[in-house]
Amino acid sequence: MPNRKSMLHYFLKRLLSLSLSLVAASIVIFLALEVVPGDPAAYMLGLNAQEDTLQALREELGLTGSIFQRYLSWAGGLLVGDFGVSYTYRTPVSEMIGDRLWVSLPLALYALTLSTLIAFPAGIWAASRRGSAADASVMGVTQLGVAIPNFWFAMLMVLVFAINLRWFSAGGFPGWDAGFFAGMKALTLPAIALALPQASILTRVMRSSLLDTLGEDFIRTARAKGLTKGQALWRHAVRNALIPVLTILGLQFSFLLAGAIIIENVFFLPGLGRLVFQSISARDLIVVESVVMLLVFAVIVVNFAVDMAYAWVDPRLRRRR
Amino acid sequence: MSVLFHSRTLLPGLFLSLVFVAAALISLVWVPYDTTVLNIANRMKLPSWEHWLGTDQFGRDILSMIMVGARTSIAVALVAVGIGMSVGVPLGLAAAARKGGWLDEVIMRANDLVFAFPSLLIAVMITAVFGASALNAIIAIGIFNIPVFARLTRGAALSLWNRDYILAARVAGKGPARISMEHILPNVANLLIVQGTIQFSLGILAEAGLSYVGLGAQPPTASWGRMLADSQTMISLAPHLALFPGLAILLTVLGLNLMGDGLRDLLDPKLRRARV
Repeated sequence: MPNRKSMLHYFLKRLLSLSLSLVAASIVIFLALEVVPGDPAAYMLGLNAQEDTLQALREELGLTGSIFQRYLSWAGGLLVGDFGVSYTYRTPVSEMIGDRLWVSLPLALYALTLSTLIAFPAGIWAASRRGSAADASVMGVTQLGVAIPNFWFAMLMVLVFAINLRWFSAGGFPGWDAGFFAGMKALTLPAIALALPQASILTRVMRSSLLDTLGEDFIRTARAKGLTKGQALWRHAVRNALIPVLTILGLQFSFLLAGAIIIENVFFLPGLGRLVFQSISARDLIVVESVVMLLVFAVIVVNFAVDMAYAWVDPRLRRRR
Repeated sequence: MSVLFHSRTLLPGLFLSLVFVAAALISLVWVPYDTTVLNIANRMKLPSWEHWLGTDQFGRDILSMIMVGARTSIAVALVAVGIGMSVGVPLGLAAAARKGGWLDEVIMRANDLVFAFPSLLIAVMITAVFGASALNAIIAIGIFNIPVFARLTRGAALSLWNRDYILAARVAGKGPARISMEHILPNVANLLIVQGTIQFSLGILAEAGLSYVGLGAQPPTASWGRMLADSQTMISLAPHLALFPGLAILLTVLGLNLMGDGLRDLLDPKLRRARV
């Protein structure tokens, strides 16, 4: 049972650093998009706009005031879930993001699940047969898996499974209204494409972490007290090997979210990635700003959660800086 | 020389990588066909003696396009690794030399911050501000590389600072900057070369992804990602348009990764374990 006090102390310390990271990230994002040349109001109204109309629109969009005031009102809005109003669609950005999130988030989670389901058995299998042909072939496949561009793999899957075999549609999303299975079916090829490189990396991490653990003294002790190789592996080694694997899994979440930006484009999925590209071409920067902030927020929070889980399992980490 | 053959991955990796580097270099002086000339009558031809890898939807020779694309990919990834190393390594050395001080703290927190932005998001922001170009792709991937090298250098340098020969250098009156340059850097160089190879291959993948979604090199500059994006609507009519550029990316990245594995075995016997 972890020591409550040290856990709380560690939690508060990490929470403070999490908040600082979030503030710093929001400043970076705000400043980056603030230096964009041009006035969104002028862009929206065209060349012949009257100065008073422009001024009114600027006020409506929250573009007046000093840079500091604008940052505060933007960041303050984020805290209460108000992302501002889209320059082009004139609808609240939070609504636009909310709709798209229901595509991107299930996609990332689907891919994460697939990646775990592939990597755990493959990594354990390869490690338990170290040096065998099975091990070599798993390692060979993972070598290919990390080298293949996932959007190209996605295109090849479309060619085979959508165009030739007609098992899946080549792209698009029917919406969750069409039913859970219809939705999941549309996300299946994209999730496989996203999961492939991550599963390859995770398999390698699982394998090498397990090989490290299998060399430890407590495994020898377990074997000496009469456990079979399989029993020692499942009861002691796998559990201990999981810690580095969980860390990588947390890091992969950010790659999955970011990778989804590209994969959504291959499959024409109406997720956050498509939203970002549409917004860039429409110069709807407040939407770009908000999506980037949301993704960075997710990365920071997930890594925080992994750190906490890690510290919960391993008390030594709480004392280390 | 025999040590070169010791690793099973180094030579195949080196060979694959050199093929594409050679293709890129040759494309500077000669390509089989001019990639800027369109020849619609000759479009979407299958591989033949005239066009080894066929022609695309505008009648351009795919082999020539891949050679020019190799140039774009390699240049972008190489410069991005250069940016990452030239900024990240000094930062890592400085952080290690001043371990626990405010400089270390600032550098490491800034690193954490950059780490929270996947390279694609950095590219998205840069594109939103300055527009899409190969240069902006380089900057985005380069920025992403900085914390990778800073962390690696700091971690490796920290373990060296406790060594006796560093203590000897300090007793001899050398300052932290001089010790970092003369004693720490040479000892972390091997590690940096290996990581550089890995970041190079990641850079190739990132460049391909960025130009696929239109955030990288713009037409008429040929790039592998752009070729794949253009081939997507034609994929059912002419799959070879999508096949060859993808294979080029796969083989280049595979070659660099194998080379990285081999170099790691060669340069750092202590790390001779499964690479993750």
